[in-house]
Amino acid sequence: MSLPVHLNDTEIDEFGRELDHIYEEVMTSRGDRDAAYIRRVIKVQRWLALGGRIVIYASLGLLPYWGHALATWPAFLGVITLGTLMLGTAKILENMEIGHNVMHAQWDWMRDPEIQSSSWEWDTVCPSDQWKHSHNVMHHTWTNVIGKDRDVGYGILRVSEAQAWSPKYLPQMLYNTLLGLFFDWGVALHDVEAERLIAGEKTWKEALPTLKGIGRKVVRQVGKDYLAYPLLAGPFFLYVLGANFTANIIRNVWSYMIIFCGHFPAGSQVFTVEQVENETRAKWYVRQLLGSCNITGGKLFHIMSGNLSHQIEHHLFPDMPSNRYPEVAPRVQALCARYGLAYNSHSLGRQFGTTTWKILRLSLPTPNAA
Amino acid sequence: MKARLLDLAGLFATPLRPSHYLELVNPLWTTHRLQARVESVWDETADARTLTLRPGRGWRSHRAGQFIRVGASIDGLRHTRTYSISSAPERGDECITITVKAVDGGRVSRHLVRQIKPGDYLPIGLPQGEFVLPEAMPVRPLFITAGSGITPVMAMLRSYAALGRMPDVTHIHYAPHAYDVIFGNELKALAAAHPGYKLKLVHTRELGAELSQRRHFSAEQLAELCPDWAERDVWGCGPAALLGAVESHWNQAGRARHLHLERFQAVLAPVPADAAGGHVSFTTSKCETDADGHTPLLRVAEAAGLNPAHGCRMGICHGCDAVLVSGCVRDLRTGALIDEPGDKVQVCVSAACGDVALAL
Ligand code: FES
Repeated sequence: MSLPVHLNDTEIDEFGRELDHIYEEVMTSRGDRDAAYIRRVIKVQRWLALGGRIVIYASLGLLPYWGHALATWPAFLGVITLGTLMLGTAKILENMEIGHNVMHAQWDWMRDPEIQSSSWEWDTVCPSDQWKHSHNVMHHTWTNVIGKDRDVGYGILRVSEAQAWSPKYLPQMLYNTLLGLFFDWGVALHDVEAERLIAGEKTWKEALPTLKGIGRKVVRQVGKDYLAYPLLAGPFFLYVLGANFTANIIRNVWSYMIIFCGHFPAGSQVFTVEQVENETRAKWYVRQLLGSCNITGGKLFHIMSGNLSHQIEHHLFPDMPSNRYPEVAPRVQALCARYGLAYNSHSLGRQFGTTTWKILRLSLPTPNAA
Repeated sequence: MKARLLDLAGLFATPLRPSHYLELVNPLWTTHRLQARVESVWDETADARTLTLRPGRGWRSHRAGQFIRVGASIDGLRHTRTYSISSAPERGDECITITVKAVDGGRVSRHLVRQIKPGDYLPIGLPQGEFVLPEAMPVRPLFITAGSGITPVMAMLRSYAALGRMPDVTHIHYAPHAYDVIFGNELKALAAAHPGYKLKLVHTRELGAELSQRRHFSAEQLAELCPDWAERDVWGCGPAALLGAVESHWNQAGRARHLHLERFQAVLAPVPADAAGGHVSFTTSKCETDADGHTPLLRVAEAAGLNPAHGCRMGICHGCDAVLVSGCVRDLRTGALIDEPGDKVQVCVSAACGDVALAL
């Protein structure tokens, strides 16, 4: 079986070669500008995290409890909200534009021992070595191949007609909402393959090392946000805990939205194992293109989405420094136009809207599932 | 107990360390990596510059003659080179100096000499090396240096002077011209102030090219400049040709034991442009084999019976990254050569380009 495109093999090869050229051109032009970019983002992120924590504590001084002139509920709530937003933003930047991309080895070329895919650990409950396996290896190699890429519905959602319906999908809108809120936990448990454990395809013994790794990471992450920092606030423990919790939720919902818009919006295609047998690099490119969706937006939006708003470019060139995706995107889009290939790029509203609608619709059986 | 407390403090910064946040305020306060701030720069000659560095926390004092690793980012890419410390450990302001000569075609040295300015930060390593004077035993040294090979010896001389214990020293230093002598004035001042310090400057180019050969190291020259050389311990630093000549002379005299050499330029065999294939050693698994210029090294390793970690086998996932120990590989996608030891190699899309050793 072949890919659902009108191009013949020679044309696909030609298309692949043109993409190779873009890749080569950008990769050989990496330099000071790129290095300065990632260093700046890391610096801003750390200041933001530090600043957010400090503002959260500062807000405690405005609690009516203290009885001074400025101590009012509105003042307290305003300042603690600011601190929480700063912390949430820092966590988003850390997970998306920094962590995700560093772990893709986008910055290994700088030879900076501080910014290496092999040693980077990110600020979320998922241990980075597990992430590198489930994401870099499984998802990026097998993108949208049903039965291979566990990111298609993450083992709990039906996001494509090609997944056979079963009654367990009926309440999937609920799972979907919970996944959005507690996305970091979903990501952490990804490599455990819980659904296979339950189905008995995988033994607990096999899952144990993975679970242990997660356990160690969870202790530190939970210990930090829900114990260490709140304890520092003494009697105001709960306020700090609440702020940290909210920051984590903000990060979760945002990354969930961006990531769900990567492969699930209307128009995105899925593939069968037969379709990818003996796949050439050029065909792999085409599959990445057909299975990925971009989100349009401004510069800040792209940075806050970890440049996953350029999901297509990221999937074509996963180890290209993310700050280069914006300049590559128009070239890829023009190339697709020349070859008459669809380039799925829409606003966040459209992409997220069609994604959510699809999840809702597919919770019910569909006639003649492919 | 202290470790426990540190771990607790670490919890606040996890997955980073508190040191990462201290770095935001002052890079010299970090403990997770060592950096130095460039305090000042000083031109010694037209192409040699002294950088005064203030190392951050975690630094420990050096012994005169030792070197450090210095990192420089050029076009976003980190390069690491070693430079001898030219200041004495007795210097009181907790700074050190390195003196760098811009060599032709040397990207790093040119960058350090021309681009670095006060206020910049450079990653550095701790002092290393055995090219030092014995601590307990008094010696009568003969220093033989050339060009920027003067730097470790300068640290020794400054140290002697700072301690007020200049012994009986002979110092033969080679430089092309009088104006090329790094630390020229300071050396002369030392010679004037300390009768024990006998400075012999040899300007190799001042006779014109055809005669300059005569000014290079030879047995006759040595006998003339330092008649008692056979009673001295020698510390020599300079280009490979000079050190080779010195080494064979001392070997012949049966005095190799008294010879201490510092080779400041590693001789790297350049990769021939058309190199393809070569001998491959996988150092972790202690396995040797041969490879051609187009088979990915992952397949080479597997054919040799190894089972290296990998994922996609097509250059996407970086699951197969291995560290280059030495030699050179070619990225089969872009044709780019990777030849800096320590670089990561995606073995599924790289082939041998000449002999290569990988940590696999
Ligand atoms: S195996 Fe995936 S990059 Fe080499």
